[in-house]
Amino acid sequence: MNQAEVQERVVKILTPWVKNEAALKSVSAETNILDDLKVNSARLVDVVIAFEDEFDIEIEDEDVDSVNTVGDAVGLISSKLG
Amino acid sequence: MGRDLSPAETLALVPQQEPFRFIETIDELDREHIVASYRFPEDADFYRGHFPGNPITPGVILVEAMAQAGVVAQGIYLYALKFDAGELEKIVTVFTDASVEFTGTVKPGQRVTTTGRVKFFRHKKLRAEVEMKLDDGKVVCSGELAGMGVPR
Repeated sequence: MNQAEVQERVVKILTPWVKNEAALKSVSAETNILDDLKVNSARLVDVVIAFEDEFDIEIEDEDVDSVNTVGDAVGLISSKLG
Repeated sequence: MGRDLSPAETLALVPQQEPFRFIETIDELDREHIVASYRFPEDADFYRGHFPGNPITPGVILVEAMAQAGVVAQGIYLYALKFDAGELEKIVTVFTDASVEFTGTVKPGQRVTTTGRVKFFRHKKLRAEVEMKLDDGKVVCSGELAGMGVPR
């Protein structure tokens, strides 16, 4: 799976939690999940669990804090996919 | 390292107190579930307004009671397994979200029993399926509640 495909699936997973839907139209690797997409920080663990289910991977709890941007999520998921 | 708290020790650490405490006993508690109960006092102040002449326990209070058992008390137990007492004292559990359905009412003086089942406990966030029943077994409220530990 290439990075673009991973990003597309990441954005699809994030969408139900996004409060700034306009920002979804111009989403990029630099888009900040909390600041730009306005996802509630309390939802980050739910987001990460959704990533695990979607990609069939395991993400360490400690890695949750390193996910700030869409690109961070794509990078972390890609590293687990090998 | 953390330790396995008894139901009584866990109950003593629940921070909510009168008149906003809706958990009286913890009857069962382990890593996966909790059973707690509470009897709503007939003279609780909110019955004066909800509703005059027809007192019914407000739904938001039922949800709070479910959260105090299924999220706060269960969360304290799970944090205690993981963190030492010093760390535990620095954390307070905040309610983050809920999706519930009401299927009955609770009158003044009735006792409710709340059962919570842990869906996940990750990165100080707890999500649980919670159900509240009356003594006759009737389910009055059920749904999914979540909370997370944040610094005090």
